[in-house]
Parts: sequence; C-alpha cells; structure tokens
Amino acid sequence: MTGFIASLGLPEIVGGVMMLALNAYVLMGGADFGGGVWDLLASGPRRDAQRALIAESIAPIWEANHVWLVIVVVMLFTAFPSVFALLGTVLHIPLTLMLVGIVLRGSAFVFRSYGSRAQLAQRRWGRVFAAASLITPVLLGIIVGAIASGAVGRVQPLLASPSSGTSFQSVFVAPWLGFFPLAVGVLALALFAFLAAVYLTLATSDDALREDFRRRALGAAVAAFIGAAGALLVAHVHAPAVGRGLVESPLAIALQGATAIAALTAIAALYTRHWQLARVAAAAQVSLVLWGWVLVQYPFIVPPVATLRDAAAPDVTLELLLIALAVGAVVLIPSLIYLFRNFGAAESERR
Amino acid sequence: MSDLFAARSQMAVSLAFHIIFAEIGIAMPVMMVLAEWRWRRTGDPVWLDLAKRWAKGTAILFAVGAVSGTVLSFELGLLWPGFMGFAGAIIGLPFSLEGFAFFTEAIFLGVYLYGWKRVSGRAHLAAGVVVAVSGALSAVFVVMVNAWMNTPNGYQLGPDGRLAAIDPLVGMRSAAAFPEALHMLLAAYAATGLAVAGIHAVLLLRGGSHPFHVRALGIALAVGAPAAVLQPVAGDISARMVAHRQPVKLAALEGQWETERHAPLRIGGWPDASREETRWALQIPGGLSFLAFHDPAAEVKGLKAVPRRDRPPVAVVHLAFQAMVALGTAMALVSLWAGWAWWRRGDLAGERWLLRALAVLTPFGFLATEAGWTVTEVGRQPWVVQGLLRTADAVTPMPGLIVPMLFFTLLYIGLGAIVVLLIASLVRETEGA
Repeated sequence: MTGFIASLGLPEIVGGVMMLALNAYVLMGGADFGGGVWDLLASGPRRDAQRALIAESIAPIWEANHVWLVIVVVMLFTAFPSVFALLGTVLHIPLTLMLVGIVLRGSAFVFRSYGSRAQLAQRRWGRVFAAASLITPVLLGIIVGAIASGAVGRVQPLLASPSSGTSFQSVFVAPWLGFFPLAVGVLALALFAFLAAVYLTLATSDDALREDFRRRALGAAVAAFIGAAGALLVAHVHAPAVGRGLVESPLAIALQGATAIAALTAIAALYTRHWQLARVAAAAQVSLVLWGWVLVQYPFIVPPVATLRDAAAPDVTLELLLIALAVGAVVLIPSLIYLFRNFGAAESERR
Repeated sequence: MSDLFAARSQMAVSLAFHIIFAEIGIAMPVMMVLAEWRWRRTGDPVWLDLAKRWAKGTAILFAVGAVSGTVLSFELGLLWPGFMGFAGAIIGLPFSLEGFAFFTEAIFLGVYLYGWKRVSGRAHLAAGVVVAVSGALSAVFVVMVNAWMNTPNGYQLGPDGRLAAIDPLVGMRSAAAFPEALHMLLAAYAATGLAVAGIHAVLLLRGGSHPFHVRALGIALAVGAPAAVLQPVAGDISARMVAHRQPVKLAALEGQWETERHAPLRIGGWPDASREETRWALQIPGGLSFLAFHDPAAEVKGLKAVPRRDRPPVAVVHLAFQAMVALGTAMALVSLWAGWAWWRRGDLAGERWLLRALAVLTPFGFLATEAGWTVTEVGRQPWVVQGLLRTADAVTPMPGLIVPMLFFTLLYIGLGAIVVLLIASLVRETEGA
C-alpha cells in the first residue's frame, strides 16, 4: 500500500481525478440514460405517469450531468493527448455511434419537452429519446471494454508501421467488436438502468409509482448481476489479463468483495423499502465496478502499451490542469449542490 | 472525395452548425435577463411573458448547442488525432477552462429554466446573469484555442519537430487571442440581437401584439445594435493582426498576388489561382496598405511570395471575406439608423421602413459569422497550426471518412430543420398572445 502511494505522481493524480469525473458522469449522466431505458419499457396502468416522472426528474439536470463527459474528454486530451489520439483513431466507429446517440437523446428530449403537444409528435420524440438512451450506454461500455481488454493498445504498433497483414477490419473493427466489449456494454446498460430505477423511487411521493420503480430496480439488479457474471466469464476466455486482474491481488479481491456487499445491500434495502440506503448502496456498487476496472489496468491507461506516466503531457500542463480543476471545483461543487438541492430527488420527497 | 477533404468537410459542417447555437447561447441569456429585470423593476407582466417565451426558445437552442459542442470535442480526436497528439498538451488548458465555464452555464440554465417558482426572485435573476457571463467566457476560452492555431506561441520546437518547453499560459495569450475573442463575442451579440429584432419587426409589420413586440424589439436592438456598430472596429483590429502575423491569409482574403507598396483595396472580383491574378475587382488605390497597416505606402505581401503548396484556396477565402464585410456593413448601418430613429422619436414601432430593413437583416449576422469562420479556417490552410503542422499530416488514418461526413451532414440538416420548425411555432404562438 505504501509502495502504491509512493508511486503516485502528477500523471496518476490527474488520471485519478479524470476517473472521478467519469465516476460522476456514470452516477448522474448514466442514470439519465437509464431513465430513457425505463421510458422505453414503461408499461402497466401507470405507463404515462412513469414517463412523466422520468421526464420531470431529468429535465432540469441532464445538461449539467452531461457536461461531466465533456470534462472527462477535455482532461483526457489535455493530460494524455497521445491516448486521445489513439482512442479517436482505433475506436472511431463506436465513438461516432455514441456521439450520434448523445445528439439524438438530448435533441429528442428537448423536442419532446418544448415541441408540439400533439400525441403523435410526443410519441415519436419519446421513441427517439428512449432508443438513443438504450444504445449510448452500450457503446460507452463497449469502448471501456475494448480499452480494458488490451485490444486497442495492441493495434497501436500496426498504426505506427502498417504491415501487409493490416486490414481495415483488424485495426478499426476487431478491437471493439468482440465478446468482451459487448459484455461490458450490456453490463453498463444494466447498471445505468438499475441506478435510474433506484433514484426514481425517491423522486415521487406516489406509492404505486414508487413500487413500479422498486420492481424495476430489483429486476435491473438481477440483470446487472447476470451481466457482471457474464462479463467475468467472457473475460476469462477473451480478455485473460482482465480476468486475472480482477482476482489477482488482495486489493482486487477486497474491491470485488466490497462491490458484492454494496450490491447485496442495495437489493436488501430495496426489498425492505429503505430508499435512501438503496440509493447510497447502488451508487457505491456502480462506482466500485468502475474503480475495479481502474485497478485492473493500473498503471496502464491503454494496456498493454501506455502507462499513465508514458502518455502524460509535460508536468507544466498537468500542474496547470490541476490548478484549473481546483479553482473550477470551488465554483462547480457549490453550484451543483445548489442545483440538486432545488431539483434533485430529495426536494420532491420533501414536497 | 479524398479522406482529407471528407474530414475537413465534416469538421466544417460540425462547426458551421454548432456556431449558430453557440452564438445564440451567448446572447439570448443577456436578453432574457434584461426582460426579467425589467419585469422585476416594473411589475409589468408583458416583460415576464417576454422573458419566459425567450427562455423557452433558449432551452431548445442551448440543448442542441450542448450536444453539437460535445460532438466537436470528440471530433478533434476522431478526425484530427495528429493535431491533438501534437498540440493537446498546450491547447488543452483553455479547452478545460471552457469545460468548466460550460458546466457552470448548464447548471444555472437548469436553475433558470426550471426555477421560476423554486428559487427566490433575486436568485433567479442572478442565475440568468451567471448563464450569460459563463456563456461569454466559454466563447473566449474556445476562441483562445483557435487563436493559438493561427498564431502559435509558448513553445520551443524540439529537434524531432515536436513542441518542447511548452507554456500553456503563454499559449492562451497568443497574438490572435484578443482580436478573435472580441470579434467573436461582438458577432454573437450582433447576430443574435439583430436576428431576434428582425423576427419581432416582422411581427410588428404584420400588426401583432403591440407592447409585447415593441419591448422585444427594444431589448434585442439594445443588445444587437451596439455590437453591430462596434464590429467594424473589432474587424479592423483582427485584420491588422492578420496582416502582421498571417500575411498569406491577408493576401488570400484580399486577393493580393503581388508583393507591393500602395496595395489597392479590392471590392468584389474573382481571384483566379491558375492565372495568379484577381479579375473584375473594383480597386481603391493604396486602400489595402492603408487598412492593413494604417499607411497607404506600406508594403503588402502577395500570394506569389510563397510556393503554391503553402497557399490557401484563394477564391473561397476572398469571396467569404467580401460577404462578411458586406453583411457586417449593412448590419452596422441599419443599427445606426435604428439608434438615430430611437434618439429622434423614441419609438421604433411606427418606423415602417426601419422595420422592413430589420426584417431583411434577420439572417445576416449568422451568414456573416459563417463567412467569417470560413475566412479564418480556410484562410489558414494548408496548415492546421500555422507554419507548424499541415492539415494533411493531422488527419486520421481511418479510411472511408465520407461515410461519417455524409451521416453528420444529414443529421444536422434534419436537426436544423426541426429546430427551425419548433422556433417558428413558438414565434407563431406570440401572434395570438
């Protein structure tokens, strides 16, 4: 542990902060995508009420939640420009598709909120919003899976000096279109849907509606469990380094244990209707999955070719970036607290 | 179509689309806040109605701006990995600051749009002010990046041709930073203010609700007209910076082939790259030397001074520049007319000819903005970073780029059409009000 802390330099600190921003995106922006999934799956006698609750909870905050992703991207290209260049090249196709999902989700959501009240238009934009909310998390998961598996890193030498065996498929498709990235994509979708359902139990004072989302949260928890187990199994065959990394060190095992405890706590809390506890446990569970990925590939940012240190921008850039982040945090954190206190789930509960 | 050209086209389409929404996102909050402030001062519900209707339009336009801006931040890596690998460490800082400014803007826009009943009056107005200020700051930070691409500094060139000993703080204050930021901000206020003024002028001409549109016109002109009048001054500052720091770009935008003293100012004309001359232009002797260096005898460098491979596509740049200047001049003149009419009579609603002129001007600011970005971006070619990195060396090795280019073009055409329809329906609602 002390050796680990001693190994931390500027690149590792900036990388850690970048992952915190990604963590925030997953917990907030991820849940907004999950909300879109439940819009798609809205059913039963309270179908319209479910959709209205989702729209109401997302509307004031989704744009702020979305900006976490922009923060991750600008941090990545400031602090690790060569990694941004590599990911943009090899993952061009899934990144582009993810962007299309982001554009359609956001546009469709405002078009539905502010556009024509006519039934047909409402339904059409609702569909686009929901479908885009479904594909975007899968693509985000695919991108993470492709990086973690080492497939992106392994094509880097091919880009530098293309050999006769280099094909479009081997460089621009194969690294991400595989069983492991797809499994991570499905897991991401299940986790986002789980988060959204748990948050939505707190967003309403209507008991029947709350029970709807409780059932959905429990269902998503099962889906997330199956997704995680599936990803683990697939990893052992298709991404052995990840499979090993998840169980190799005592720290990794402790992290897996903590994830499992958080997951079980969330399920138990939902089962016994302890909504606040369920929210905290669900957020912890999803965050721990993310940090599990970080731990598996540490100190690599793109395994197996680039460590955080190899890929980092000069110290002066990292120092200025950290100063900017500190100053930014002084403005942003109170602002976000203000936003969530006025519009977050807790507010509707009090009303 | 080559992959390089497809990548440039996709970037151009993405920027051309986003910049309209970005400008509106900078200027609309100012107008919303002014209307709300008038309501809180006077208690007159017409002001509140105006603030709320403008806020509704802003919500749609801001969301599309936010997602199209996200696309751009990714496209830097998707299309130009060579550029990001080369310059990311020095230009990343202003981008990060822009990220924070954008974050603040998004947070407080949420408070503004959904907080009419949830936060106090003063807090609500303050949230609007924060949105307006952070919107302007975002623009300044992003333009700093573009400025660095035009006039890079804050580095030493390493023996391997890569940047060494970089200083991102110096990079943020490159020679083009102030002129470009000023020009961009004024463009945002002028384009949006006059576009909104034009829409309300049309509604007044059609005999719409009188007090509502008169007040809307007043605020829109208060924001747009001063900016439009100041813009030629900012343009002059920009042009002189370009004359000193990017002489080839200046030569392209003026269609100047020969290096000469007493260089003429050309109005119109068609630069012919194969014959290396600009034909059919109205020439004002010494005009270019005077405008660029404030000295009619100053020497202006011509395009022939550099090899063909270092020249931008001259015709596009020259025509775009002429279009920008013409549109901007019309905007400044009509703004002066509006100011004069207001000073003389204090009431613009009865000035039918002024209202007609404003109606014609509605799209001018956005067209001028597109032309201006064409000037600065195409005028910098063949470089992505002036003198350091060629665009051809920055493009992704990914083949088949025509596919995403066509896809994003169609997507943006579709989104643009829907936004226009939605805004049009919001405008129509005011006619019944």
